Amino acid sequence: MAQRLGMEVSVALGEAVKLADADVIAAYPITPQTHIVEHLAELVADGELDAEYIPVESEHSAMSACLGAAASGARTFTASAGQGLELMHEVLYVASSMRLPIVMAVVNRALSAPLSVWGDHSDAMAVRDTGWIQLFTENGQDVVDQVLCAFRIAEDRRVLLPVMIHLDGFHLSHVIEPITLPEQTQVEQFLGTNQYPLPLHPNKPVAMGDFGPPFIYTETKWAQEVNLRKSKEVVLECWQEFGRTFKRHYQPVEGYHSEDARVLLLTMGSFSETAMTAIERMRQNGQEVGLIRLRLWRPFPFSEVRRAVKNAELLIVLDRAISFGGPGGPVCSEIRSALYNQEKRPKIVSFVGGLGGRDITVDGFEQIITRGIEIGQKGSEQEFEIFGVRE
Amino acid sequence: MAKPESELTWRDLEIGSIVTEPGNASQYRTGDWRSQRPSHDFAKCIKCGLCYIFCPEGCLSQTAEGYFEADLFYCKGCGICAQECPTGAIAMQQEEE
Repeated sequence: MAQRLGMEVSVALGEAVKLADADVIAAYPITPQTHIVEHLAELVADGELDAEYIPVESEHSAMSACLGAAASGARTFTASAGQGLELMHEVLYVASSMRLPIVMAVVNRALSAPLSVWGDHSDAMAVRDTGWIQLFTENGQDVVDQVLCAFRIAEDRRVLLPVMIHLDGFHLSHVIEPITLPEQTQVEQFLGTNQYPLPLHPNKPVAMGDFGPPFIYTETKWAQEVNLRKSKEVVLECWQEFGRTFKRHYQPVEGYHSEDARVLLLTMGSFSETAMTAIERMRQNGQEVGLIRLRLWRPFPFSEVRRAVKNAELLIVLDRAISFGGPGGPVCSEIRSALYNQEKRPKIVSFVGGLGGRDITVDGFEQIITRGIEIGQKGSEQEFEIFGVRE
Repeated sequence: MAKPESELTWRDLEIGSIVTEPGNASQYRTGDWRSQRPSHDFAKCIKCGLCYIFCPEGCLSQTAEGYFEADLFYCKGCGICAQECPTGAIAMQQEEE
């Protein structure tokens, strides 16, 4: 039987990559992702994981090496964070456009300047439109489970897209949690082998990442868009199969006391767990509040989001990133777009908070919800409010 | 490619727009980028082959008589051959629509 053990989430993530039997890992260490790649380097050096570990000179090279590895049909993993993710930015588009099933853990970190190694979602939002499938995780078990699912989703013949797993820097990556690592044989059965349909091979030469003149570029982009949207079916199917096999269940949009709530808070990532405690406390005080957690970020789960909020009067969205000079938090913008044409939809209030590693406590979430309700009733002159800023 | 360019749809593309037919770049007409074409005065040509060596497109080839001629399907009209010719045997002429 699989044992439930206390371990650091980064180490557990590395163990999940080992369980998935990755063939190639190309990564450059950066805080707060370091413990993941350190652990993987150790596993490879000790002969516990039979993989090629490529210690590259930058994140740009890390992702480029991953392209080559995935193109040859190898099961490929990397991890990055913050500035590192930004440095590999242009190559992220290449990975998705070339339909290469790379799995990457992004340990969310605020972007400079000022330099911050602590967590928020500004790195994630900067890579929103890179064409990757993107999942947000809440706790250590979730992270391990999504790593396994990510390989299965990415390598599915109907998908063949890279997958990013977001986990909050420090708040999630560096905590020690009780985690169950599945049995190797179960994982092997769940994942199967990677069978990239057109790998680089001398017996059948192909050209990848060729140039696309104006007569064909639009078609390539539409093909990519259709493919990413359709991948949602496979993501759902994978989570169902995962639930059957491992008895843990995941949804694109998950609720907590949300069914009958008049006021909903929407969060992403590990802060959702603190928010749940706040919701629980407010419920005990008789307030009809609930929580919606967005797990699947790309492809965006339009129908699930609409269904989840349709009975609410007010929806408060907490973003951990700012779209400077824009309409507020990037997640809130998307939620607004998804709901704007719906006949029945809640009022929407945008909050930005938890930037650069600043905590939002249970009290903090209560304050956000209380202030959100006030804005919902009286309105606000601002596009969004920033939580906890000292005036 | 089986279909002409203008009829290709997004459904015709391989996964990730992979090109499975090796060497099909040779079907790509770069000659229509040209605004000038090289014209050869073979009376001045000493068959030294400098134009052949310098052509960045690799579109020059030697005829049976030993002269060098550009394949206008590929020639982009850059004029390097005319610039390098030691006897002035190549002149660039304006393309007419």
